[in-house]
Amino acid sequence: MSTEIVAGPSIGSRRLRINKSAVIAEGRALLALAIIIVVFSLLSSRFLDSTNLIIMTRHVAFNAVLALGMLLVILNGGIDLSVGSTVGLSGMMAGYLLKGWPIPGTDTVAFPSVWVVIVLSCLVGTLVGVVNGLLIAKLNVAPFIATLGMLYAVRGFAELIGNGETFTALSGQESLGNTGFIGVLHGKILGVPFPIWVMIVMAIIFSVFLGRAPFGRWLYASGSNERAAELSGVPIKRVQVTVYVLSGLCAGIVGLLLTADLSAAVPSGGSGYELNAIAAVVIGGAALSGGRGTVRGTLIGAFVIGFLVDGLVLVGVSVFWQEVIKGVVIIVAVALDQLQQRLQKGRTVKDAGAPAAPSREERVPAAAS
Amino acid sequence: MTVTEEAPALAPQNGDVVLRAVDIVKTYGATQALKGVNFEVRRGMVTVLFGENGAGKSTLMKILAGVEQPTAGHLELDGQLLDLSSTNDALAAGIAIIHQELNLCANLSVRDNVFLGRELRTSRGGVDYRRESEMTRQLMERLEEPIRPGTLVSDLRLGQQQIVEIARALAADARILIMDEPTSALSANEVTVLFKVIADLARRGVAIVYISHHLEEAIAIADHAVVFRDGELVTTAPAAEIDLPWVVHAMTGRDAEYDFRDAPRDYGDVKLSVEGVTVVAPDGSGRLSVNDVSLDVRAGEIVCLYGLMGAGRTELVEALAGREPISAGRIVLDGRDVTRQTISQRIASGMVLVPEDRQRDGLIQLMSVGRNLSLASIPKLVRGLFVDRRRERARVEEQVKGVRVKTASSRAPITSLSGGNQQKVVVGRALMTGPSVLLLDEPTRGVDVGAKGEIFSLLFRAAEQGLGVLYVTSEIGEALTASHRIVVMSKGRVVDQFDPTTSTRAQVMAASGESATREQSRGVSSEH
Repeated sequence: MSTEIVAGPSIGSRRLRINKSAVIAEGRALLALAIIIVVFSLLSSRFLDSTNLIIMTRHVAFNAVLALGMLLVILNGGIDLSVGSTVGLSGMMAGYLLKGWPIPGTDTVAFPSVWVVIVLSCLVGTLVGVVNGLLIAKLNVAPFIATLGMLYAVRGFAELIGNGETFTALSGQESLGNTGFIGVLHGKILGVPFPIWVMIVMAIIFSVFLGRAPFGRWLYASGSNERAAELSGVPIKRVQVTVYVLSGLCAGIVGLLLTADLSAAVPSGGSGYELNAIAAVVIGGAALSGGRGTVRGTLIGAFVIGFLVDGLVLVGVSVFWQEVIKGVVIIVAVALDQLQQRLQKGRTVKDAGAPAAPSREERVPAAAS
Repeated sequence: MTVTEEAPALAPQNGDVVLRAVDIVKTYGATQALKGVNFEVRRGMVTVLFGENGAGKSTLMKILAGVEQPTAGHLELDGQLLDLSSTNDALAAGIAIIHQELNLCANLSVRDNVFLGRELRTSRGGVDYRRESEMTRQLMERLEEPIRPGTLVSDLRLGQQQIVEIARALAADARILIMDEPTSALSANEVTVLFKVIADLARRGVAIVYISHHLEEAIAIADHAVVFRDGELVTTAPAAEIDLPWVVHAMTGRDAEYDFRDAPRDYGDVKLSVEGVTVVAPDGSGRLSVNDVSLDVRAGEIVCLYGLMGAGRTELVEALAGREPISAGRIVLDGRDVTRQTISQRIASGMVLVPEDRQRDGLIQLMSVGRNLSLASIPKLVRGLFVDRRRERARVEEQVKGVRVKTASSRAPITSLSGGNQQKVVVGRALMTGPSVLLLDEPTRGVDVGAKGEIFSLLFRAAEQGLGVLYVTSEIGEALTASHRIVVMSKGRVVDQFDPTTSTRAQVMAASGESATREQSRGVSSEH
């Protein structure tokens, strides 16, 4: 309708440029992924084998789901270190419930059905998120500290549930009506393992909500400039609590998937997962300072890490070197990101004068600082 | 070379040339920001640069201060070729710059900021905090600002932070001091003191280059005026020959003094009623930053809140917008009590604030022009679960046109716009929510003459449609030419009201506790 007023001939080229830069940001991660795939497929003929691809993608799925939750937190300018422990807690919760819950004060043992187990375990993850969110939004505890504390506390609870023991044999019994946990969560739909479906569905939901729902807009705005967002009526505290709750929920889901995958609930399950999730988000082009990052980038980031690790295992690189290489890849990815941003800023300054001449002067400080 | 022969064209009467910029060209991509400028800075003189945003003043200053390097041309210091590749080079050559945007570490003390990067050392190699404190104290005394050296910068008002920035340049003992909009956050008293310091520095042989959008102020301080337009130095004149109309004409190429006062008319119903609002200062001192303020804004009326920095005007409008809680009183909007509403509820009720500090409180720097515009209106654009993007786009394009934002596209990054256009976006965002009362805090701060006029004509047009406007300003000229009523605040209270058509500059300023003209008060520290 009224678009032509603003536009002039430059609108097309401007849009093109922005798209291009977005593509470059993710392209860098994609390039890394391509290099990983090419290198490993040259080193091992089994790497591109469809069975291997599915196995690797299943591994990726766990980290990707965690990373999606982490992406929200990072877009808000925060960090969630507690997700690994939450994975453990949710898994232990599932194991405990599947083995039967002795109702206190009676001799009876309750065996909740599988869907109740799933809901309750997710709820536990969500609850951890609520605590994180309230600590950070209401008590103004720094996200790093609040979630670091929760990392320890939640891990403690995970160990308390089974007194440090592992729950095994979780298939359930027909007579108790609690079978199917492993069957479904460890199973396949259309030949594709269940965790991969979870990753795909969640990625779609997250990307739609980030891109189109008010919540997404508010999240990007408050991550970029919280004070300005607040004055524009953005419910910044609600947004902040929500991202930690969703991150906790994601961790709860991963806890379930992991337990089904191992056919056992291990109290140490998920240890160190938080760092892989952060790495995936960062490799995917998100800024730790908030306001910048995409679902697509995060997925690519998760694939980079997952394929790299599995590839190194496949070609028989020692565990110690695996760690070194993973570290280097993360650092290089972020360093490249910084470099590229500097280049882009330089370019914006140079482009700046072209369309609207009077604006030049104020652009320069904005870009320089 | 031939440069010295060219000089008479620019020549002021006295003072040796300390720094000379010769044939400076600066290009950004296809655009020439500076098109071969010859410029001189003279010892002991205040050279004032006039020009609209984008005229090239700031670019030239950045080159003089070593922030940017010229594409062509060179600098000469005392006749010697000068090559500046960084601000450190410039400082070593005795050139200091006070930037428009504050560059302070808020988490450090005033003393640490003043000596940042140039810490004084004890004989054992540690930082000589005692000497630094003493020198900072002396600087603050000289600037007549009772700030203790150990105070954290984050605890200071914006105006005081500006003073610290100035103290930092003074501490560097510069021979050439460049000030880019140093007074934008200062109260009249602070400006008076600053001008005294500038005069004193000039007497001691320091060459001063001064840029300000506050034209009257700049004219008052100038020894010598230089006008830029479209990347060229268009004219120069000694102070004796310049006045406001001359400067405006030279800057814009036309006579552009505005006067928005329209004929007195009947305003509509009371839109906003502030009843005995009191705000406790958040610094824990128990001081009341707003003390029992009552005022009304009617439909179609533009009310100007005039006063000194620290008079409580910002605190009042922020409390009205819902950012700070009030400890007593009532806020009634369109007959509805909104005192207990959150910011977003008040926006929905029809009251929204355009904040004072555009960078800190206004812009979402990582978002596009369009998304910045629509941000406050998101709840109104939701259909089902999602933002209706087609409607959003239509409303955004409408608004871009409505507030006359000069942008390549609504998808352009907000940081690609000039200050004036960024401000129009922030105002446009507020207008897009369809408010019945619009609050604005210093809406023309750091904005050039042209954009100022555009922002006011926007407000007056909206007022004709029935919008009630309450805006804060520290510029007396603005208060008198662009409002229907002036409410003066001092020390947290409303002290007086004026009709701009019948009152004089002196009356309004006197009511605010400000001395009538800054020239008269030079040398006299006028305390309230």
